[in-house]
Amino acid sequence: MTDSVAQPAVADAKAAPDTMAWDSGLRRLMMIYLPLGCFVLILLFPFYWMAITSFKPNAELMNYKEHNPFWISSPTLAHIKHLLFNTAYPHWLWTTMLVAIGSTTLSLIASTLAAYAIERLRFRGSPYIGLGIYLAYLVPPSILFIPLATVVVQFGLFDSPLALILVYPTFLVPFCTWLLIGYFKSIPYELEECALVDGATRLQILRRITLPLAVPGLISAGIFSFTLSWNEFIYALAFIQSGANKTVPVAILTELVTGDVYQWGALMAGSLLGSLPVAIFYSLFVDYYVSSLTGAVKE
Amino acid sequence: MSVTTLSTHSVAARQPNWLVRLFDYKPFLIVMCLAPAIGLLSVFLTYPLGLGIWLAFTDTTIGRRGIYVGLENFQYLLTDSLWWNAVFYSVLYTAVATFGKFALGFWLALLLNNHFPFKSVLRAIILLPWIVPTVLSALAFWWIYDPQFSIISYLLVDVLHWRDSNIDFLGSPWPARFSLIAANIWRGIPFVAISLLAGLQTISPSLYEAAMLDGASAWQRFRYITFPMMMPILAIVMTFSIIFTFTDFQLVYAITRGGPGNSTHLLATLAFQRGIAGGELGEGAAIAVSMIPFLVFATLFSYFGLARRKWQQGESND
Repeated sequence: MTDSVAQPAVADAKAAPDTMAWDSGLRRLMMIYLPLGCFVLILLFPFYWMAITSFKPNAELMNYKEHNPFWISSPTLAHIKHLLFNTAYPHWLWTTMLVAIGSTTLSLIASTLAAYAIERLRFRGSPYIGLGIYLAYLVPPSILFIPLATVVVQFGLFDSPLALILVYPTFLVPFCTWLLIGYFKSIPYELEECALVDGATRLQILRRITLPLAVPGLISAGIFSFTLSWNEFIYALAFIQSGANKTVPVAILTELVTGDVYQWGALMAGSLLGSLPVAIFYSLFVDYYVSSLTGAVKE
Repeated sequence: MSVTTLSTHSVAARQPNWLVRLFDYKPFLIVMCLAPAIGLLSVFLTYPLGLGIWLAFTDTTIGRRGIYVGLENFQYLLTDSLWWNAVFYSVLYTAVATFGKFALGFWLALLLNNHFPFKSVLRAIILLPWIVPTVLSALAFWWIYDPQFSIISYLLVDVLHWRDSNIDFLGSPWPARFSLIAANIWRGIPFVAISLLAGLQTISPSLYEAAMLDGASAWQRFRYITFPMMMPILAIVMTFSIIFTFTDFQLVYAITRGGPGNSTHLLATLAFQRGIAGGELGEGAAIAVSMIPFLVFATLFSYFGLARRKWQQGESND
């Protein structure tokens, strides 16, 4: 047994210096820092371009010969001013916020209860319900939006933000439930048993013991849901008709893109302002995002 | 029991409050806990899914209840060159974009798996394209792909002098197709890279040490340790990626709306154009339903990926 392991080691001994050289400075630079630099440059460039365009006066925007396009000579707030005072942009932001918060709250409540029932109240068939909710996550909105539009009309919710608040949980609940099942699994069952012995009811256990311990999971699920509902597009496009009730992504595309000459400054300013809330949110909770993203994949 | 040890919950338990007792009755509690989630999902997911399949067999239009027409919608689609175009581009889009995302994303994950300063900051920055609303970054790409003021054309023509004329990114079919694929890859890299990085970090370093002692080269270590160990997570991430790339809507709708000359329609955008914009709900639903076989295929792919994981780690896997 040991012989067979030692044999290839001798045979490939000449490869060993190769691995030693791996960490030498220049090689490290070429193999790690250079490609990493390119990745970061390409991944961030569109945002830089978005930001710089939103502060450029139109004269610079359309003239690359006299102005270096990568920099602004005379920054202006005109585009942002136009957006805030000549369009319904503040209202769109407000609607988006409302929809995002409403659907996040709704799906957090529903998925916490569901995850608790599936993971902790174990009953016959609970794994199948878990599997069913997992499968629901695999149904993409692109298949559902046409029949959902008719359902929304049937309920009399067409053109109302309430429709979005009720519909977004279809993709938020499966994700959150899945994430929270993982978190609940990591909480020792003994804690709940102790409480049961002490005569606590199940709901008290959930409120006093399980939920406080699952706070990181709840935060992860919450910020993830908020981001997903902020970014949602196809349902908002299909169910909302009147200009005032649109969410930011839909409104920018349908209300600001007018005629043949695009107002690139205003468009990019709108995109920048629409991205900022999630970007700020994200920067505050980076670790939760990464853990929920990777946690969901690993589960 | 002395009075001093009475806490709130024991008081509640002792009082014959029927409501508290009802909520402590396990079957009732299970039903109550599952009701909101199952209710929402049945009304807004399962029911529409069934309704969508039913609509695909009717000639419903907006404002008029349709009648059952059998396979007529599908028969029509089979003769419709636009539908075949959309199928072709959906498959091409998914195949090329998935390949690009995974090649570049895996590379980025391997790079991030090294030790260097400011690693967590870098990891946070890299996720940005995935966090920002797709439509808004798509608008930035639209502006980058502008026929007259494209920054890429500027770089190639005026700075590097590699070309004489601006590139017409979105004006003709093939450049438009690949421009959209590039934007999709750009958006998908962070998700793939960060998920795979999580997988990479679970591989025990002792495996690499053992391989190093045995004299395995960097390529051999990648081929015989990293890659097989990453297979399960690769399969899952890839299934998700394939499903959501194939059914993508936002990027194409925001940048080209299916143009020029309907050359960049995906099945989802075609379904929207026919179903919502055109009002032919039945036909739109048929186009959406025609995506299902592809998605089932992708899910089976995931299932076999998971099965392999069980086989790798022994039988006692959750």
